[in-house]
Amino acid sequence: MEAQSLKSKAQSHHFRTRQFDFGSFFFSGLTGLATLLILAILAVILGNIIVNGWPNLTWHFVSTIPKKDFFDPATTGVLPMIIGTTIRVFVMTIFVLPIGVITAVYLTEYAPTHSPVTRIIRAAVNNLAGVPSIVFGLFGLGFFINFIGRNMDQLLHNPGPVWGQPAVLWASLTLAVMTMPVVIVATEESLKAIPMGLREASLALGATKLETIIRIVLPQALPGIMTGGILAVSRAAGEVAPILFTGVAYYMASLPGKLSDQFMDLGYHVFVLSTQSPDIEKTRPILYATVLVLLILTFALNFVAVLIRARVRKKLRALG
Amino acid sequence: MAETVLPKLEVTAQTPLAEGAGASLIEISNLSLFYGKSRALKDISLSIRERVVTAFIGPSGCGKSTLLRCLNRMNDLIDGVRIEGSVKIGEHDIYASDVDVIELRKRVGMVFQKSNPFPKSIYDNVAYGLKLQGVKSKSELDAAVEQSLNGAALWDEVKDRLHSSALGLSGGQQQRLCIARAIAVKPEIILMDEPASALDPIATSRVEDLILELKKDFTIVIVTHNMQQATRISDETAFFYMGELIESGPTQKIFTMPKQKRTEDYVTGRFG
Repeated sequence: MEAQSLKSKAQSHHFRTRQFDFGSFFFSGLTGLATLLILAILAVILGNIIVNGWPNLTWHFVSTIPKKDFFDPATTGVLPMIIGTTIRVFVMTIFVLPIGVITAVYLTEYAPTHSPVTRIIRAAVNNLAGVPSIVFGLFGLGFFINFIGRNMDQLLHNPGPVWGQPAVLWASLTLAVMTMPVVIVATEESLKAIPMGLREASLALGATKLETIIRIVLPQALPGIMTGGILAVSRAAGEVAPILFTGVAYYMASLPGKLSDQFMDLGYHVFVLSTQSPDIEKTRPILYATVLVLLILTFALNFVAVLIRARVRKKLRALG
Repeated sequence: MAETVLPKLEVTAQTPLAEGAGASLIEISNLSLFYGKSRALKDISLSIRERVVTAFIGPSGCGKSTLLRCLNRMNDLIDGVRIEGSVKIGEHDIYASDVDVIELRKRVGMVFQKSNPFPKSIYDNVAYGLKLQGVKSKSELDAAVEQSLNGAALWDEVKDRLHSSALGLSGGQQQRLCIARAIAVKPEIILMDEPASALDPIATSRVEDLILELKKDFTIVIVTHNMQQATRISDETAFFYMGELIESGPTQKIFTMPKQKRTEDYVTGRFG
């Protein structure tokens, strides 16, 4: 009896037959197409560079310091540019990480949350991220070279300009200013993710705020801080505009040996090869190879940073 | 019509007080606390006795945790908190301008509702407070870690894995580790903010046994939502409602012969 009535009830209960939902179909198709488009563009760019660059990428090319006429595919090389780009990225990292992290610590741990001053600092950091990179280049020229550099020369009684001219130090500092917001924001996010309970536990044991930050908060935030560093390196490695007036050289016969030396740079060299060559057809193979070297270098710098972060994470996980 | 007979909670036998216990240690006088303009604690005066377990009870939001956090000045961390009145520990007003809060927190330890071990090894968790105080000698640290873990009834469970992560412990073990961490710096007073509320019954009973053990050496103030727990472990009870201290006294008295109607309603479960 009961089973029967249940059965008839189920039969009498009609759900509407599912109709074709054109809206959903269209929208999901659109998202898929957009993704495909991006992938296709990336594939075309990378494919083009690899296909045209790879055959010209020889050991001679990456290990040679070129002569003044570096447009000749047979004799040229990019060793000084590889070294120049690597140095400026490293020097930048040395400056941007501590300053960015300390700023983020101030904003999350010390600054009063709702004060107008804190709000202004945050807005300034966000605006800094939106400034065009050529403006950073001009800022670097005006502030670091003409102001700080020249005053250093005066103070040190240098006979000619040593610091008051473009140099790898000034280019790196300009890049550090440019990538500062990335490091600050990434660090702030990772600091905010650390539970309040851990800070309280430390303070309740008689730790000062500084001890709590150094012993508990920062070690936990390290992977997030390194993510900020990785983003900064990725952004800075390929930038040309900020170093244009602050340190890069068209040609140097020797490698940079001091922070006050100028340097050659891969990104800038790509620009030079594609605009200054007397015979663009003849130069094209080395142009492709140079671009490929820049891509590989950027990837390698990132890879090193990701590896270090993975080790830090593993160490933290083993403990925590 | 027969009157409804409310079930009375039976107050279980308390462990006897340690010798010399019972003198007043914390003297709270006319304490009010404001969050901005709203007043979270209203004119509270209460005396807490040495090496006795004092329970703070009351419905959520009654101010019992806030008062607890006044005793080691953890409320200082919150923006816009203002305090009137005084809290004396021994002879000293802990809100006097010349008080070193760091020193105060070494003397008044705290165990939190949610166990919060550091993401470090078990050993480093317990040694943390001592290392802060500058203890470097390994033998001294080793001894203190063993003693504290023993004191928190955790030593036998962890002695073979002192250097593995504290986060690998069970919830109850983590909370006992937090107690070990607190007693390692040898405080006089331990504040406990619902220390067993996130634990299962077995882990809870271990923590309760531990509290009864600890009161031989420490003055304990515990916030609890659990009436049975208050009757099992506390010697004195203070009942709070809407930021006011309604009634305080020996636990037995509060639970069997409360003077105030609101206390009776709460301890018999008529509201809360």
